[in-house]
Amino acid sequence: MTGSRILLGAAILGGLGAAAPFTPLWLISLVTLAMSTGLVVCGLIILWRAGLVPFGQALFFATGAYTVALSGRWFGVNDAFLLIGLAVIMAALVALLVGFLLAQYREIFFAMLSLALSMILYGVLVKSETLGSTDGINVAQASFFGMKPRGPGYTFALFWLALGMVFSAWVGVSAYLGSVAGQLAGAIRDNEIRVEYLGISVTRLVHLKLTISAALAGAGGALAALSISHVDPQMAYWTTSGGFVFVTILAGAASVPAAFLGALLFEVVRTIAVALLPGGWQLILGSVLLLTILFVPEGLGSLMIRKRANAAGKGTA
Amino acid sequence: MITVIAIVTDGLVYAAWLFVVAIGLTLIFGVMKILNVAHGAFYAFGAYAAATAIGLYFDRGWPVVGGYLVVAIAAIAIGLVMGYILERVFLRRVYGKDEVVVVLITYALFLILEDVLILIWGTDGRSAYQPYTEAGSFTVGGLPLSVYDIGLVGFAGLLAIASTLAIKRTTFGRLLTAVIYDRETAAAFGVNVSRVYTVTFLVGAVLGALGGALTAPKISVTPGLGVEVIVLAFAVVAIGGMGSMEGALVGALIVGLFRAGAVHLVPQLELFSIYAVMALVLVFRPQGLFSRAQPRKI
Repeated sequence: MTGSRILLGAAILGGLGAAAPFTPLWLISLVTLAMSTGLVVCGLIILWRAGLVPFGQALFFATGAYTVALSGRWFGVNDAFLLIGLAVIMAALVALLVGFLLAQYREIFFAMLSLALSMILYGVLVKSETLGSTDGINVAQASFFGMKPRGPGYTFALFWLALGMVFSAWVGVSAYLGSVAGQLAGAIRDNEIRVEYLGISVTRLVHLKLTISAALAGAGGALAALSISHVDPQMAYWTTSGGFVFVTILAGAASVPAAFLGALLFEVVRTIAVALLPGGWQLILGSVLLLTILFVPEGLGSLMIRKRANAAGKGTA
Repeated sequence: MITVIAIVTDGLVYAAWLFVVAIGLTLIFGVMKILNVAHGAFYAFGAYAAATAIGLYFDRGWPVVGGYLVVAIAAIAIGLVMGYILERVFLRRVYGKDEVVVVLITYALFLILEDVLILIWGTDGRSAYQPYTEAGSFTVGGLPLSVYDIGLVGFAGLLAIASTLAIKRTTFGRLLTAVIYDRETAAAFGVNVSRVYTVTFLVGAVLGALGGALTAPKISVTPGLGVEVIVLAFAVVAIGGMGSMEGALVGALIVGLFRAGAVHLVPQLELFSIYAVMALVLVFRPQGLFSRAQPRKI
């Protein structure tokens, strides 16, 4: 990734941050929530490129969200940065543990087993009173390095925090995808055994990818928990994971910014669908998903890239 | 002792239900290599169709026996209609694509059908308890047993035998086996794979709808009942080995008994137990208990 692209990204996000005070609050909350989804999808892309579809990413998302809620409730941790850091670490730790099992599976078996693991967490959350049971737990308003903005200020602060997280995730994930380990993803998807013949442990590589993607999902979960001020077991349910997979398909795994745009589109479509057809938003969502898979199988992000490639092709010809 | 009997009977009833739902799923996967998330929608539509049919039938005060027939007919009809539409309009376009992509297609269809269900039947719950209560119950060793539940276990048993016979003894079953082992070779030998696919999908859809229809009298039929079923059926199929009939039976028994045990001994662990046992089986047998060995392709 070139310096000019980083500067461009920083400028766009900075512009968004500066525009926040002039934007209606509901829109800022919506964008913040979309960015939390975007962070999870960023992580999904890493696995997706290796041909792995995690249908249980909600496991790490919920781990992050509950870490925020419980750190506040049990240990009185209140600083947003600390909370998010803890959530990332917890989610990564869980991934490191389950990764010893999960990293050995591929294709549908990977999808199913990750689904089962997230449903185990759901089962535990629903049934245990100390973790809030089906009602979930409220999340106290966090502070930012000792500052305690309230009211609209809190929404802005969270939004700026989210922008910072998006920027770090963008730079970090792009760097990883460009690295040797990241580039090997396509080779793993195409022919894993040949990758093994190159002397690389695919299992360890997948384990690493899973841990990174879990850390991102944990960050997303933490941001969602802070933004909604509430966590509940639904965050670990398989339909939540399905939503993440949905956005990944919509955006495609080709580019990181597309993940955030896809997440934004998802939240907007969902908000509009709920407003227009309260009982029919799944219908709209499902139709969009179906049309995307049938007609733009590489995701909407691929359209941008194809266009760019076409332009470049014309330039050289 | 009474707890043990309760666990075994509850486990068997639950396993019977799981088997009926899971066998359709595993059949479709075995033949078509499609992990059909929309199976949950077949289940839900079957339950609603049965509840409506039961309501209409019993309101007229017609003889009870016919009520069971009505349940079966409703399930078969809705299963055939839905299966046909889904296979012809959507799945036909994506045969041969990546397995995961097809899963996502069926997931999209599932989302759509969930709302179509609400558009047709509304958000209110329905009950269709008559076939369950009319069947009566008796007590064994102080434990009430419903005749309907016993019938369910019997039905699942018959289904297991019938499906085994159908696959081993009939011409279509043998063609099916050929397609399961190698689709292209079967096609090269003149098997009409396209028709085998259609029939398989229809049978799977009917079985899913039947699972829902048989459950309808026991529960309050509400929107969203397909969501939980589909992950449960996945767990059963994953434990047994995807695409294996024996596997579906054994998987259903394992999950059924484990869940019943958890419900009676440690109720907090009900959901946990099901997926924990699935994870446990997959640790030792990643492809499930009854799957064929796969060659390594380099």
